Amino acid sequence: MLLDLDRIKSDFPILQQKVHGNRDLVYLDSAATSQKPNQVIDAISDFYRTSNGGIHRGSHALAERATSLFEKSRFNIASFIGAQANEIIFTKNATESINLVAYAFSNATSKHRNGHSLEELEKRFVVGSEDEILLTEMEHHANLIPWQELSLKTGVKLRFIPITDDGYLDLSDLENLINAKTKIVSFVHQSNILGTVNPVSEIVKRAKNVGALTLLDGCQSVPHMPVDVVDLDIDFLAFSGHKMLGPNGVGALYAKAELLDQLSVFITGGSMIEVVYLENSTYAKGPARFEAGTQSAADVVGLSAAVDYLRSVGMDSVHAHGQTLTSVALDELNKLKGVQIVGPNSMRERGSAISFTVEGIHPHDVGQFLDADGVAVRVGHHCAWPVCRRMSVPATTRASFYIYNEVADINQMVESIQKAQKFFGV
Amino acid sequence: MNLESLYQEIILNHYRNPNGKVSVVDAGKSVHHVNPNCGDEITLTVEFVDGKAHIEFVNTGCSISQASASVMYDLCEGQNSSKIMEIEDGFLELMQSRGQGIADDDLLGDAVAFVGVSQFPARIKCALLPYMALKDAVTRQTEGGTNE
Repeated sequence: MLLDLDRIKSDFPILQQKVHGNRDLVYLDSAATSQKPNQVIDAISDFYRTSNGGIHRGSHALAERATSLFEKSRFNIASFIGAQANEIIFTKNATESINLVAYAFSNATSKHRNGHSLEELEKRFVVGSEDEILLTEMEHHANLIPWQELSLKTGVKLRFIPITDDGYLDLSDLENLINAKTKIVSFVHQSNILGTVNPVSEIVKRAKNVGALTLLDGCQSVPHMPVDVVDLDIDFLAFSGHKMLGPNGVGALYAKAELLDQLSVFITGGSMIEVVYLENSTYAKGPARFEAGTQSAADVVGLSAAVDYLRSVGMDSVHAHGQTLTSVALDELNKLKGVQIVGPNSMRERGSAISFTVEGIHPHDVGQFLDADGVAVRVGHHCAWPVCRRMSVPATTRASFYIYNEVADINQMVESIQKAQKFFGV
Repeated sequence: MNLESLYQEIILNHYRNPNGKVSVVDAGKSVHHVNPNCGDEITLTVEFVDGKAHIEFVNTGCSISQASASVMYDLCEGQNSSKIMEIEDGFLELMQSRGQGIADDDLLGDAVAFVGVSQFPARIKCALLPYMALKDAVTRQTEGGTNE
């Protein structure tokens, strides 16, 4: 192991507990939400103890300190993904980040239909029944439903990159799927259910050829591997704080600076304005344009502390550790009779979320047996119901790993699966 | 954690050899209920002939929801709609009993084995899924005026 696991585990107080009486907690559900180290918990409580004040308003000491911490955090989180500070919009979560972009389309379209003049770049967001939006069959509901709603409102056509039987994107028809009608390609970097890591550069290159925008759902990639928006050359990146050791309730949208300033606004109100009149107003430039209302400053500061923590471990090491555990888990699961991996069954282009089925035992029952032994996994369709349908499974059991997991956790999971198999006689 | 109280033998038997389950139901007459958290599904039809219910269903799901559908079938097949509603109420009460059971064990037969499920909040909805579907189907029949 590359990581100092004892030191890392000691930073996560929640992992020290027993569950169901006397079972050590084995937390294998970080793809749903990660646990938080003391450094993050302390950063949030310290903010409230020492620095809480209204950000971007007021001229007293606390307001200035809070504003300074908030904006330093923006700089820190931006640099973590290779972005400039003025390219990061804080949201509630990645779901809101994606909705912000989907609403940029529907709002620009509505304004256009009402005869309002649009900014030059805003015109790229006007869509109708002649246009297409390209997603993949692999998307989390968060990157599907906002586009379905957009389609209902504007008539824009949704198309999908299909999944192969072994859980990869089938790019054989990419030239046709990304065409002159394509307005945006919105796709997941690492699948939350299959674990597949998608070929971003190939898709982005094709999108650029036809002048389509690109949005990457980085919820499962930003926490687990080095991600650089400049290298990836994407227009938007959505990610969530709580999956990367940060608090709930804060996520981010990266948007290229020139796009961000002309994008139709989403949630409106205080703090996002330039000049306000009774009948109409003008809006701020930069991220403030999309940050209406009082922001959750303490949580942004907490996310910045999470970024510091990940940096101190090193994202290359975080990634390598995840790869090691995933490789061990695949080997061990494949040894079990009746266990079927749903998604890539090798280390080729895959990350540390592993879905599987156990023949003769429904995932809910597998999860119940694992939980009884203190092993926390997720069961169900993982907010990716169409993926389950495509892979011909009603649901799966999913184990996902992070920096605080070790091989012993995998061994415990395997032992508990065998216990369930024995109980159900399969 | 006592898994035996959840997975009682009677439940496992119904899971392995379910009653009332068919390979296909008449889509036009059926109700379709899902548990959106986990994807469990049941498609169910009920027909009343001389006031007596004939139930058929197709379902996918965990052992609890599958066994629950089978036990429900045994209890409700051939009953009239008011008896079915009585069983529905009794089973709902059992699920809300937090492991304490209900006064009238006679009403529920094998379904009393599900008393353990009521101690697992995440699984109550699994056991209730078929009952919700049946209640919906019976209500539609009754309101549609085709009943009895």
